[in-house]
Formats: sequence, structure tokens, C-alpha cells
Amino acid sequence: MTLAAPAPSVAATTLTTLMAGRRRIGLLAVVGLSLACLLLTIVAIGQGAIAIAPGRVAEILMAKLTGDDALLQGRDVLVVLNIRVPRVLLGLLVGAGLAVSGALMQGLFRNPLADPGLVGVSAGAGLAAAATIVLGDRFLTGTLMKLPFAVLPVGAFCGGLVSTLALYLIATRGGRTSVATMLLAGVALGALSGALTGLLAFISDDRQLRDLTFWSLGSLGGASWTKLSAVAPIVLPLLLLMPLLARGLNGLMLGEAEAYHLGIPVQRIKALTIVLVALAVGASVASAGLIGFVGIVVPHLIRLSVGPDHRLLLPLSALGGAMLLVGADIVSRLIVAPAELPIGIVTATIGAPFFLWLLLRRTSVLDV
Amino acid sequence: MSDTASPILSGRELSFVAGGRRLVSDATLDLTCGTTTILIGPNGAGKSTLLKLLTGEIKPAGGRIDIAGEALPAVPAWRLACLRAVMAQHARLAFPFSVYEVASLGVDGIGRALTRQRREAIVADSLAAAGVIDLAGRRYQTLSGGEQQRVQFARVLCQLEAGRSIAERQVLFLDEPIASLDLCHQLSLLDMARNIAARGVAVLVVLHDLNLAVTYADHLVVMDQGRIIAQGAPARTLDDALLRQVFKVDLSLSRAPAPGLPFLLPQQHRSRSAA
Repeated sequence: MTLAAPAPSVAATTLTTLMAGRRRIGLLAVVGLSLACLLLTIVAIGQGAIAIAPGRVAEILMAKLTGDDALLQGRDVLVVLNIRVPRVLLGLLVGAGLAVSGALMQGLFRNPLADPGLVGVSAGAGLAAAATIVLGDRFLTGTLMKLPFAVLPVGAFCGGLVSTLALYLIATRGGRTSVATMLLAGVALGALSGALTGLLAFISDDRQLRDLTFWSLGSLGGASWTKLSAVAPIVLPLLLLMPLLARGLNGLMLGEAEAYHLGIPVQRIKALTIVLVALAVGASVASAGLIGFVGIVVPHLIRLSVGPDHRLLLPLSALGGAMLLVGADIVSRLIVAPAELPIGIVTATIGAPFFLWLLLRRTSVLDV
Repeated sequence: MSDTASPILSGRELSFVAGGRRLVSDATLDLTCGTTTILIGPNGAGKSTLLKLLTGEIKPAGGRIDIAGEALPAVPAWRLACLRAVMAQHARLAFPFSVYEVASLGVDGIGRALTRQRREAIVADSLAAAGVIDLAGRRYQTLSGGEQQRVQFARVLCQLEAGRSIAERQVLFLDEPIASLDLCHQLSLLDMARNIAARGVAVLVVLHDLNLAVTYADHLVVMDQGRIIAQGAPARTLDDALLRQVFKVDLSLSRAPAPGLPFLLPQQHRSRSAA
């Protein structure tokens, strides 16, 4: 038994050092990104038609948090508390939700190309949202119509759930998920959803058409505390439950059978992931429209820098996605000020070339 | 409390059907702690399917499996993971995990109650035992097939060691564990499997090399067309008629002088067809 000799102490020591180094990098990344995210949030709140210095923003926020009403006077206070804060918070939530959804889907499908935007989940949620806008007026009456911010996310969630389930069922045969089938089925489902959304646009009136255009390009412009209160209860559970999925998704990287052998409740992990992704994508599509590429670019970047361990990947993706969307929102507000560019245009303009660069740089991106 | 003589895992009259074909029928098999059981048979005999049935990965169409005195389907996945570890034939990895991360998947799940120092020690020991500790920082995908197989073996060793703190009796399943290994690593992996058995674990290995199978088996199981057609001590289980019937080779077994174990010389095959 030559190989079972005690570990060479040099190798074992190197290993311990290596692992300690990895942990330190992970911790640094979490702390660093959290601080950067906080700073960006304060800067973002100050940007817009009325520029407010970051120091003043911090002062207003502190005063609000400590309940010091004496300091809460003036026009800038109203702007910060009623317009900017909900908008930036919505950006943080939607960005985090989209990036984590991307990371979760990539883990579930064991493929770096899986992204709610690319495989038609967002399109399905968008279709359901469009149906709610256009058909809601005709078929929903009474009290339901007084709750548009409740009906829209629920509709979009159902659309996202149906698309994710359909995708999973089509692409999985006998416990194996075929990547090629998944991508092709995703393209087909996306095209179908797009066509049906177009049909809805065709039969809609002018006001509904304007609303629909807003969906297809994406914007954080309509943010309000009401909207935030509809989105937060949907995205926050995803962010809170995400640590429960990390170990399971790590095990799933070996395959479903191996994950089961390792003691992972595979079916439960899969079901929870699908429901959470559908919820988060539905909520973000309902509140901010179709925003692409966040779910694919952010997890990729994190994997390149700290590795694919989901225990780090998921929280870092949440922070990275939140920062990317809030940053893109700043760009969308400044670049053609005083008008606003739809944020979907900004994320796609950043994301698509970045994605192509990834493909060119890493030949192994499709090698799974 | 535990009776070491009674089998830890027993399958009774197992059958499995897929796509209208009977892949396993009427298979009855006991795995006993401290025993190395080796499963042989031609391609498509149902060896891997039987192994999957016994690990709980697939559900039998008929029959009953008990593990540690309980019906297998009633045991939750996490406790099953403490009772048995499985090394499957092919393990591909979706993302660029490091060798260390792959091996530590074995302790991440069921070793949660252990301290971090203990978990790290288990992973380091297993990597050393499988001879891949020098590769610990490498990305799994960049390894050769044989190295990957040894990393998977290290992961399985991690799981057994972590599970030992919870389950006193365990089973180790190895499905063609030496398929891409060189001779030195083939022998050392099988040596380790036997040592694990000597420590009180029931070991089941699917092998293709008959000479290695008779060398390492305490209990040899021969499968053909979904049925177990012979099982017992290797020296009494294999004979020329069985070889002709199951493996379709017209070869004679010889006896090695010292241990008295049967062995095969495939060269006979060439000389016969030449003649």
C-alpha cells in the first residue's frame, strides 16, 4: 500500500496555506464588494436632475434612520426620500435578483450559458406581464384592478415559472439535462413568447402600447415605495434562502446521481431553485421590464475571480448584480440628461461585448 | 449493538426494467462488512444497473433492499450518504472547481458537524492516500482521465471518513474504478479498497479484469444477461465452462502455484486461433 503513506508534510502544509489564502480572498471580496456597493448606492442617490453631494445624501439618510426630523427639511430631502431612494433600492434588488437567478440557473443546468434572459424565462415572464397589461383591463374587474402592483408581479411570476418548468421538462430526459436541447428549446420558447407578446401589442390601445414598450426595454424610472413593497417580499426570500442552496448546487456540479450519493436532497434543491428563479425573474420583469445580460455577465466575472464555489458565488453575484444595475442606472440617467435611456439598452451595450470578449478569451466557456 | 456477521446490505430478488428490457432480474446479493465483493460479467450484463439499484440511485421494479436493517427507500438521502459512498464510472464537472474543492464535496454535506480543522485533515489525508495531494490546487478539468479518477476516489474516501463519525457500518461502491488507471495505480487503488474492507467496510467493486477480480475478491459475483449466475469464493466460482458460457472465450484457467488462485492467459486465445 504505497500510496496510503502519511501525507508528505510539505504538500500538506502548502495545502493548508493555499486554503487559508483562498478563504482570505473570499472574505476580502465579500467585504470589499459590500463597501463598494454601499458607496455606489450613496453616489447613485445623489445623481439626477438635481445633483446632491454624497455627504448630504449620507446626512439625510442618517437623519431619517435616527428619526432626527429637524434635519429633514428642504426640497433635496423630498427628492432623496421619495424618488431617489426607492429607485436605487429597486435597482439593488432587481440587479441582485437577476444576477443570483443567473447563477442559480447555471448551477441547476450545469452550464455557464443558462441565463433567464437567454433561455426564454424573462420572455415568458414578459409575456405574462404583457397579458396582464393588455387583457387585464378587459377581464379583471372590481377589487383586483385596484391592485395593479400585486397582479403584475404574480402574473409575471407565473409566466416565469411556466417557462422555467417547460424548459426543464423539455431538456431533461432520465435525469440528464441536455445542454443543446435546453438552449434550442429556450430560443424556441423565447420566440414563441415574443410572438405572443407582439400579438398582444397588436391588439392593445395607445396607453397599453406605451406600457408595453416600457416593459420591453426595461427601466427603473417608475420606482416608488409601493412598487418596492411589491418587489421586496419576492426578491428578499431568494437572497435569504440562497445560502441553503449553495452546498446542494456545489454537489450538483458532479451530476444528479453523484449529488444524491453525497446526501443532497436533489429533487428539493431543484424545485426550490426553479421556484426562486421564477419568483425573482417575475418580480424584476414586472417592476423593471426586460433587463438582459446581468444574469450571465456577473456570475461569470465572479467565477473568473474567486472560483465556482456557490457559497461565495451566490452572495458575490448578488452584490455584483446590484452594483451593475445601479451603475447602469446612473449611466442611463446621465448620458442623455435630462432624458433617460432605458436601462436595458445600457446593460446590453455593456453586457453583449463583454460576453463576446469572454467567449474569445476563454475557449473553455462552452466546454462542459 | 450491531451484529457484524449479518450483512449490512442485502438485495432480495431484485429486478429492473427499462424501455421494455429486463436489465436485472431476480438478483439476490448480500454485502457483508469486512468483505470485498467483486462483480464481473460481460458488457451489458447489468453490473452497473445492479450497483445503481443497491446504492438507491434507481428504484427496483421488484424485490427488496435493506441497508443496516432498514428498507432502503425509507432511509433519507443524508443518512444514506453516511452509510455508503459511491464512485461512479464517469464523473464530469460543469465548472472549473479545483481538485481540493472536488475532494471536499465528500465532507461538505455529511461532515457539517465536524470542526473545520477535522474536515481539512480528512481532505488532506484522502488526497494523500489517492496520490493526488500535489494536484490539490489544479483545476479538475486540466487533469488526465486517470488523475480525475483518483480525485474522485479521494472524494469517496472523504465521504467514508466523514460518514464514519455517524454510521458505524458502511458500504463502499466502486464502479470500474480502475478503468483509466495505469498498472501501478490500479493495484494501489485495489489495495486501498481491500484495506478499507479490512477496517470493517463492505466493499463492492465492478471490474472487467478477471485476473485482478480473482486476486482481490473475497466474494466473486458473476452476472450475465441481467442474472447473477454464480457467486462465491473466487477459486470455486470460476471454471472453464462458465468462461465459455458467459464471456464467450474459449480459454482454460490455470492455477497460480503460491496462492492457488485461478488465472487466465489471454495469449492462449491467440495461439488457438493461429492453430
